[in-house]
Amino acid sequence: MAQIVIKNVRKEFGAFTAVQSSSFTVEDGEFFMLLGPSGCGKTTTLRMIAGLELPTAGEIFIDGEEVSQKPASQRDIAFVFQMFALYPHLNVRKNISYPLVSQGMPRDQVRAKVNEVAEILGITSILEKPVGGLSGGDRQRVALGRAIVRDPACFLMDEPLGALDAEFRERMAEELRALHDRMGATTVYVTHDQLEAMQMGDKIVVMNHGVVEQFGRPQEIYDWPATTFVARFIGSPAMNLLPFEGMVGNGSHTVSLAGAAVAVPEMVSGGAGALTFGVRPEHVHLSDSAAYRARVVATEYLGTTQIVTLDTPLGQVKSRIASDIAVRIGETTGLNFDARSITLFDSGTGRAMISKANQKVLTHG
Amino acid sequence: MSFSITEPSGRQKWIAGVLVVTYAVLTLIPLIWIIATGFKTPQDAIAYPPKVFFEPSLEGYVNLFTSRSRVTPEDLAALPPPDTFYDRIVRQYDMVITGPSKYGERFLNSVIIGFGSTFLSVFLGTIAAYAFSRFKVPLKDDLLFFILSTRMMPPIAVAIPIFLMYRQLGLSDTHLGMILLYTAVNLSLSVWLLKGFIDEIPVEYEEAALIDGYTRFQAFTKVVLPQAATGIASTAIFCLIFAWNEYAFVALLTSGTAQTAPPFIPTIIGTGGKDWPAVAAGATLFLVPIMVFTILLRKHLLRGITFGAVRK
Repeated sequence: MAQIVIKNVRKEFGAFTAVQSSSFTVEDGEFFMLLGPSGCGKTTTLRMIAGLELPTAGEIFIDGEEVSQKPASQRDIAFVFQMFALYPHLNVRKNISYPLVSQGMPRDQVRAKVNEVAEILGITSILEKPVGGLSGGDRQRVALGRAIVRDPACFLMDEPLGALDAEFRERMAEELRALHDRMGATTVYVTHDQLEAMQMGDKIVVMNHGVVEQFGRPQEIYDWPATTFVARFIGSPAMNLLPFEGMVGNGSHTVSLAGAAVAVPEMVSGGAGALTFGVRPEHVHLSDSAAYRARVVATEYLGTTQIVTLDTPLGQVKSRIASDIAVRIGETTGLNFDARSITLFDSGTGRAMISKANQKVLTHG
Repeated sequence: MSFSITEPSGRQKWIAGVLVVTYAVLTLIPLIWIIATGFKTPQDAIAYPPKVFFEPSLEGYVNLFTSRSRVTPEDLAALPPPDTFYDRIVRQYDMVITGPSKYGERFLNSVIIGFGSTFLSVFLGTIAAYAFSRFKVPLKDDLLFFILSTRMMPPIAVAIPIFLMYRQLGLSDTHLGMILLYTAVNLSLSVWLLKGFIDEIPVEYEEAALIDGYTRFQAFTKVVLPQAATGIASTAIFCLIFAWNEYAFVALLTSGTAQTAPPFIPTIIGTGGKDWPAVAAGATLFLVPIMVFTILLRKHLLRGITFGAVRK
């Protein structure tokens, strides 16, 4: 059980900078997601926490102890690899026993401990089998068994569900989360799947190009993205981003989109020039009387909701509305936006402008 | 990748069987010839047409392992009657055994030099290949190319410099000299072969071992070596086959103490007529160790070692 603090950590591979000065804190017992597209530095960050890579600069604290230059074996952590990395020449029991044997634990204790872990994971019946013939889900459980058997300070998982079939993935995600809740161990989990991150994480760090874009609870990140990257990366479909030329001042609560006045949360910072108007699809409502006009180009039926794609003067907008609302392709309508949910971005920097609505989330650290 | 998984028909199997058997017979005939000749008498060995069925004799083997000298019939009659089967065989030709031949010694030299250099090549090759595979080695590609380049000409092309060097260093006609020479020749092969095998082993296994509390060296011995066993076994077979059969260097650099069997076997023919059975017997025995070694390691070659425990 441990708190993990990452302080200004940086990693360079020759001329390539994989991680640029990242800082965040994983609280004790948290299920923490490192989220980002491939190549964003999330795996490198995880490997630095594990000690498989040493940072070029910066500090890493596990449970108050500075470990950034210590080898992996001295950090008391467990790592679950995407490829499972089960030792192919050993059977299930020996795979799970391995970390205990390396600590010199007596044999009967190892046996008892492995049986206990197998019980928790429901793999008692396959303990004596070679790892080769196991299904993906069982391999994943064995890899987890090897991780939890030694009660480490924290778990580090590198896309542990990435190699599983879709149907297994759902179930293993639930199992993983349940396991975490039961053991309460700090877990750092790398994924590129934003749904997985939202579904499982207590907190999420979103990374891009080696930079931490945003760090917070799933709901905060979803509702109040700090950058246009986060706005685009999180949510399916992503946040609608409409570039426009305009000016907002401290205290203003409307913007002009192609001549239509649209309400936004009260701004506490100002800006002018190239701005971006951001709204989640579920906050876009169709209304014939609305001033901002749009034409329906496509609809996508999703059961209880439908996604309507519309052409507007500032670009395409997707709207998520109830599927019982009749929408015809080609018809012209107007769009209303849920004023409390709007985020304005500075197009130049890509960063969100602070408003009364998002200031609590975006200025906490 | 797409391939057909239909069961071959009975006719296809039959054709395949005939082809395999034909090929096996063609390659085995010289071998059978040699083995059979070893058990023939010298007269049967040169009989024309060649005898397929003959009365087996151990004469070839007796001649292979003994030195003999011719005596006059009078002297032979004066000797006490022969009490062993080999004495009896030899005396048919008015000869007596004067001592063991050099074949045993040469054979032992082959074993020492062959297995010694194989062990060294594989040992050094494994650690070098591991380093090349896993670590940032400065000028890695150049070094690997350089190692390979030692095989771009036949090793015998440098025989004269090596001969002169060995004479200076006192390595001529020594076991150590021959072991070092064969190791040097084999090392490029073993480094390249083993690097390929070690590259195939996902690095995650070692990382898992490092996190599980092992040192890098323990991760190497406990995780990498067991999985490289297949590669190590096949590399060892290649190295041994080269060292075991090498003829030119050993003929040039050794004359006695460290001479191996290959240059010695042809000399058997000269002692007392054309003794084909003895030569054949020498060649037959020479085949045994390498066959045994290959058969012992065969199960390693065939065993799939990763069992798909890693998904790529």
